[in-house]
Amino acid sequence: MKLFKNRQSAALMALPYILWAVVFIVVPLCMVIFYGITDDNGSFTMSNIATIAESGYFKALVKSVLLAVISTIICFLLAYPLGMILSSMKLKRNTYIVTLFILPMWMNFLLRTLTWMTLLEGKGVINTVLSFFGLPGINIINTSSAIVLGMVYNFLPFMILPIYNSLSKIDDNVINAARDLGAGTVQTFLKITLPLSAPGILSGITMVFIPALTTFAISTMLGGSKILLIGNIIEQQFTQAYNWHLGSGLSIVLMIFIFINMIIESMADKKGGQG
Amino acid sequence: MGRDLITLEHITKSYDGQTILDDLNLSIYENSFVTLLGPSGCGKTTTLRIIGGFEKPDTGRVIFDGKDITDLAPNKRQLNTVFQKYALFTHMNIYENIAFGLKIKNKSDSYIKDKIKYALKLVNLEGYENRMPDSLSGGQQQRIAIARAIVNEPKVLLLDEPLGALDLKMRQDMQYELKRLKEELGITFIYVTHDQEEALTMSDHIVVMNQGYIQQEGSPETIYNEPENAFVADFIGDSNIIRSTMIRDELVEILGAKFACVDKGFGENKPVDVVIRPEDVELVAPSEGTIEGVVTDLTFKGVHYEMDVEANGYEWLVHSTKLSEVGSKVGIKVDPFNIQIMNVPVSEDEEAISETV
Repeated sequence: MKLFKNRQSAALMALPYILWAVVFIVVPLCMVIFYGITDDNGSFTMSNIATIAESGYFKALVKSVLLAVISTIICFLLAYPLGMILSSMKLKRNTYIVTLFILPMWMNFLLRTLTWMTLLEGKGVINTVLSFFGLPGINIINTSSAIVLGMVYNFLPFMILPIYNSLSKIDDNVINAARDLGAGTVQTFLKITLPLSAPGILSGITMVFIPALTTFAISTMLGGSKILLIGNIIEQQFTQAYNWHLGSGLSIVLMIFIFINMIIESMADKKGGQG
Repeated sequence: MGRDLITLEHITKSYDGQTILDDLNLSIYENSFVTLLGPSGCGKTTTLRIIGGFEKPDTGRVIFDGKDITDLAPNKRQLNTVFQKYALFTHMNIYENIAFGLKIKNKSDSYIKDKIKYALKLVNLEGYENRMPDSLSGGQQQRIAIARAIVNEPKVLLLDEPLGALDLKMRQDMQYELKRLKEELGITFIYVTHDQEEALTMSDHIVVMNQGYIQQEGSPETIYNEPENAFVADFIGDSNIIRSTMIRDELVEILGAKFACVDKGFGENKPVDVVIRPEDVELVAPSEGTIEGVVTDLTFKGVHYEMDVEANGYEWLVHSTKLSEVGSKVGIKVDPFNIQIMNVPVSEDEEAISETV
């Protein structure tokens, strides 16, 4: 489809977007990098970035990556079977079910997470109900488990949507063809369904892993003050310690991790594409 | 003809209370090219899917080579399918696509290599091993789909409107190609299409279906020359179908004029349907014809002229290499052998069938 008569008018139409990208993406990014590699006197230093090697910061980073990975895996394990069920139904009904899973997103993110706080609290809703039936209470608020729960709850739709999308794009006859050529159910899944849905899986992983790695709101509310993730530390540098240089330096480290994640994924995508 | 390879016995299938197939019985001979022909929704694809194992009949049995395979999964059946929109594995190259079935059967690498070379040669796509499916044209993709199916040496190849997505020229080329393939492989082809020309060109045996019933089966010549009912006559090629009266054996009254014919046994003064193919209508001088009419429309079709002739209240469709100008008076003559008499449908069901066209 040719929407624009010539390149000039296309370029003209793109101008507002380019302007937006420069002002709100490129400039801030450059500022973060500038702050990250300078000190208060404005002279070049790597010490902000190197701070990550200090035990407190490094532990927070490891914990952040670990929790993000766990949440991503749980999201994937929950989303993939659901995506398969939904795409196999091929009915109008599945639109409602997809909407049902997206519904929580209509609510404010902080409000949703705050709700989990009241649910999980020592004398919260869940424990009140449990004790009413004489069952032992659960105590996961302010633990890593609570943070993972919060991440999974909040980011699951971002895994479901791309996976459901890529699965429903697979032609039924492609699956039938595999069966026809002698492949059993498991073989068909491993050799056809899984590789063909790889693009959806990869974008799902990106959409869950990145916010999970950088979050500070979920860890603040559900992890209490006991568990510090790298996101919390960066936030503190900006809002409490007023050390923009250190905050930016740590942000750069985080960006490097996200960058590595994306490189691995694009490599996996290419490999998947070529079988 | 050979022996029965596949037999469908009393197959019934319905979706959401709508009957697709109703007590279908069909025998398919070994090494024949059988075409299931009919309009969309006639049940032909469902029949094919039941043979392939992708669909289970509500009642009835599928017998393959003497064994009941009604409940057998598709991957356990000795037949392969070529799907409508190719259904190639887009994440694999051509070599891997064709090797798919052989790898599952744990064939040796050298065997697979030889087979793929042979199959690609058979479909005229040598040297395409490393291409990706997306980089091929529709016709090439369909050839690959055929190659992918036949390397497994099935006894039967099922083809579900395989040429439907191709353009006309490519479709005609592929018809001859498929016929040649069938001869070379010496296996049974079961072909589904709604295109009567495709069916007539390729098949040994045509099964005309409509509304879940078999309307007629037989050789292409039989189906074309001796349609058993108005539906078949109308579906296979153009025709003039006229409600008439059988006066007695070998004499029929069409639009008030008496025509000699060769059919017998319809009784005396009984209503019948008469089928006359447009190429069998002869246009002669007004005085020499059985009926007199006026040419109302003329179209040049390349091989012949197509004319509409208004005569005795019916618009006759005529194909002729001789031109008669619009407005000219002509006589209509039909050779007795070219008048096909059919029983008038009795039940409402049959009536409905003839009206859906």
